[in-house]
Amino acid sequence: MTAVEFRDGWELVVGLEVHVELATNTKMWCGCSTVFGGDPNTNVCPVCTGQPGALPVVNEQAVRDAALLGMALNGQVEEHCWFHRKNYFYPDMAKNYQISQYDVPLIHDGYLDVEVELADGTLTTRRVGIERLHMEEDTGKSLHVGDTGRLHGADRSLIDYNRCGIPLLEVVSHPDIRDAETAQGYLRELQAIVRATGVSDARMDQGSIRCDANVSVRRIGDELGTRTEVKNLNSVRSLGRAILYEADRQIAALEDGGTIRMETRHWDESKGVTETLRVKESVTDYRYFPDPDLVGVVSPPAWVEEIRALMPELPAAIRARLADAGVPMAQAITLVSGELMPWFDEAVAAGADSQAVANWLTGDVAGQLSTEGVTLEDSRLTGRHLAELIALVDDGTLSTKMAKEVLAGVIEERGAKGPAAVADERGLQQVSDEGELRAIVEQVIATNEATVEGIRGGNNKAIGALVGQVMKATKGQADPRKTNELLRDVIGS
Amino acid sequence: MALSPDEVRHVARLARLAVTDEEVDALSPQLSDILGYAEQVGEVAAEDVPPTTHPFALTNVTRPDERRPSSSRDDILAAAPAVEQDRFSVPRIVAEEG
Amino acid sequence: MAAADRLISQSAAELAARLSAGEVSAREVVDAHLDRIAATDGVVADGDIWAAKSADALGPDDVHAFLQVTATAARDHADDIDRRRAAGDELGPLAGVPLALKDVLTMRGASTTCGSRMLEGWIPPYDATVTELLRTADIVVLGKTNMDEFAMGSSTENSAYGDTRNPWDRDRVPGGSSGGSASAVAALQAPLSIGTDTGGSIRQPAALTGLVGAKPTYGTVSRYGLVAFASSLDQAGPLARTVEDAARLQTVIQHHDPRDSTSVPQAAPDVLTGLRDGLEGVRIGVITELQGEGYEPGVARVYQQALERFERLGAKLVEVSLPHAAYGLPAYYLIAPSEASSNLARFDGVRYGLRVDAPTAEEMNAATRAAGFGPEVKRRIMVGTHALSSGYYDAYYLQASKVRTLIARDFQAAFDQADVLVSPTSPTVAFGLGTKTHDPLAMYLNDVATVPASLAGIPALSLPAGLAEAPDAPGTALPVGLQVMAPLLRDDVMYRAAWAFEQDLGFDSLPVGPRALTADNGEVAR
Repeated sequence: MTAVEFRDGWELVVGLEVHVELATNTKMWCGCSTVFGGDPNTNVCPVCTGQPGALPVVNEQAVRDAALLGMALNGQVEEHCWFHRKNYFYPDMAKNYQISQYDVPLIHDGYLDVEVELADGTLTTRRVGIERLHMEEDTGKSLHVGDTGRLHGADRSLIDYNRCGIPLLEVVSHPDIRDAETAQGYLRELQAIVRATGVSDARMDQGSIRCDANVSVRRIGDELGTRTEVKNLNSVRSLGRAILYEADRQIAALEDGGTIRMETRHWDESKGVTETLRVKESVTDYRYFPDPDLVGVVSPPAWVEEIRALMPELPAAIRARLADAGVPMAQAITLVSGELMPWFDEAVAAGADSQAVANWLTGDVAGQLSTEGVTLEDSRLTGRHLAELIALVDDGTLSTKMAKEVLAGVIEERGAKGPAAVADERGLQQVSDEGELRAIVEQVIATNEATVEGIRGGNNKAIGALVGQVMKATKGQADPRKTNELLRDVIGS
Repeated sequence: MALSPDEVRHVARLARLAVTDEEVDALSPQLSDILGYAEQVGEVAAEDVPPTTHPFALTNVTRPDERRPSSSRDDILAAAPAVEQDRFSVPRIVAEEG
Repeated sequence: MAAADRLISQSAAELAARLSAGEVSAREVVDAHLDRIAATDGVVADGDIWAAKSADALGPDDVHAFLQVTATAARDHADDIDRRRAAGDELGPLAGVPLALKDVLTMRGASTTCGSRMLEGWIPPYDATVTELLRTADIVVLGKTNMDEFAMGSSTENSAYGDTRNPWDRDRVPGGSSGGSASAVAALQAPLSIGTDTGGSIRQPAALTGLVGAKPTYGTVSRYGLVAFASSLDQAGPLARTVEDAARLQTVIQHHDPRDSTSVPQAAPDVLTGLRDGLEGVRIGVITELQGEGYEPGVARVYQQALERFERLGAKLVEVSLPHAAYGLPAYYLIAPSEASSNLARFDGVRYGLRVDAPTAEEMNAATRAAGFGPEVKRRIMVGTHALSSGYYDAYYLQASKVRTLIARDFQAAFDQADVLVSPTSPTVAFGLGTKTHDPLAMYLNDVATVPASLAGIPALSLPAGLAEAPDAPGTALPVGLQVMAPLLRDDVMYRAAWAFEQDLGFDSLPVGPRALTADNGEVAR
């Protein structure tokens, strides 16, 4: 892979570890619910609280989800894999070992193509290799009681095992990333794919997708530098900020003749800095060994194909389809990442023009929703509504300005009334009836002799004033184009 | 192999067992004996022999993704040495996860 | 003999027959055994749950098989069974028969301690699958029995709650780790008990107390609710005074369990139908590597007499070799501690059991584990932690797991030549309390004949083969066990061979304390 300069002869090297919490009904090893935010220790049982004698049994759906996501990431499904125990003590882990995968993960050797916008605004594709995707279990949640609310400075911690045992997929990339934009693009794209496959809602704010970054720098051509692991990245934005901060910190340290410590660092969003969390003096000895409570997972080709057949249309394919339909890339990305495709496809299926639909969805619809403070889902606005609205504009029934009012109306009504109904009810309709408009025009001309003379004298600008008069008389509902024609026609005659 | 007192302390740290110097002095020869005896497995030529973790080569033992009633919180918290706000209470955690 | 004496000395099969015939009520049977426990075990016999006396408060003849006796629950259960029988309800084949449950299996309503301070007073929030099956079969649990801490030991001297004594000689060990379950049955406190066997923990105590004890094929009895020592080896099984009783109890507890991923889906072997089919033409494999050297002379002689008996019964003796059997014990003492080091990590003072307070969570964990675990458990956790640690994994855990494969292959080859394999169960008869505790490795050697079957997962059973003189006490006769092993899921052949041998030997399994050497009690080796 060819070197990419970060700055001043330095190259940035980033690899990402992304944890995806699956949206299965039940936990990885037991029948407890995975619903987010229940009362503490209510979604627990002997298995997920590590009671003596309790045993794990694999959730079949979790394996299917893992295989589906793995294939969506272009990975190979391992024919025979198994679970290992990762042994380390931590109070939020009920058994003091995490059941994970070690030497043989379910998925290996995938990749993700990431669209990145270059400085000059052009788009390019960067391929990021994916080393592995493996199945494991989440830990419980600790509430740190003390002044800081964070672990440091807490004088005790309170543990809730509701999250303990929820299925996790860990997606480990190769250190192929050379700039913050690609890292952000990778995370955004992975998030979009996870949502498209439906294996998780991938919400960073709720921790259903979490990202750690391994960051190092080196002089171009040198061996890989010592990396630090940056945790607590709560948004795509903080991922980008943290990488840039960490890169600058490392370069500065090295340029001062210093060295980089192998350590885990905590991203502080408010201060915009990374801070040492702990130094890995020696690699922790997890004493991995095959979990004797579980048996192997065999994935015969037929089963793999059965899962592959469930693969939905993935974001990249959708964007390509939109490009063919003439939708600009920026809008295409918004449509996919904003999960607007169902509305788009419905509207187009109802006969609307792709670009018009894209304009409305990424423009006014988005705007209206945020002023109304509702999601597209809750607004009950349908693709058919959009198609209808666009048709009303095309046939001149509504001016664009009116159409926006109608859209607002449909959203206020939560879809109870369609665009046509809303337009009627609110008397929003362009006066484009020849006779009706001609009468008004003649009346305006009759009452504005002077202006009319001016126009006849060649002062064409003045016609605008007359248009204004007509608009006034029609309370703004006159079709401006027609009004102009009629005015010229009458004055000319 | 012989396990030195320092190695015994290292293993005890991994196993999260507090050990007194007396225990270390007692454990060092005992563990060395046991490991020395167990090391006989090394005499067996087994390079290309697959390891056995189960008498039966079972595979794909799974359960359907169906909810089962959880335990009552009181049942689970009843045995806890310290409870606060319906959670298991532990003293200040020093080491970070992992 | 008083009526109660008759009740406690009868086999489970006899009791079941009399119960269903209505000759005796479940309540009478249970009360007779509770009375026996009160008289011989050293418990404080009052309240709903009888507690065992503390070790120093025990009388010289107290057996101390039970850690707690769930007296009221047992009586209520018995009354309920009698009511349902009177109402003409369909009841299980062993309905109303009492049983002693090893304290390593969870049961609601009573504590499960695993013989450890760590779990003192822990009331499990759920029932083990075995416990559920016993209840469904209308078998009455009398209480929880003493054991080596977390099932690690061969003498029950590693219990945090005092030694269990061998009813044949109160100064001797009953073997272990299921010593409490063995002594309870040998002392006529219960006709049946459940033990667990990881490397011999049912078979060796059965041998040392003159009982029948079986480790079923791994995976045929659910481990759900069995507090894990070594998950790939642990297996619950029956202890009884007759082969038939053991077979009947195994029939009750062997059951596919979706809550245990290692539970075998195959139908459990039918160990009752062919039980009496005899030995004609059965090929008995005599294992070259598991005889002679390392066995007490008395044990070796009883074993030789047992082989001759098999031949007299029409069986065909064939010499078979298990070339890697000698590596079974070393492999076992790497694999079992490795799994244990991980299985016992959950005992950290956070969710249940003991907590020793300290300023930080890490210190609290370490202090709790230091105080809660006994020396042997600590040793094995240390050995296992070391065997799994980076730099040692390949030479220890992995190599041992490969040896395990070779041992399983040895058995497969041997079973091409023989239907069952036999060996002595234990190299020694019951040894004196405290005589081996100072030397862990010497204690481990008790398991030399039992671990190979454990590593291979095959069914193995110990039954009395006769009596032998205790090397350290001339004139004292003690039971010697014969081990019978069969291929995976062929527990039926194992029981069939054992039954035929038992019928011919006519061993009187009722101990009356140290007894004189007499030839009328099966074979007695001088």
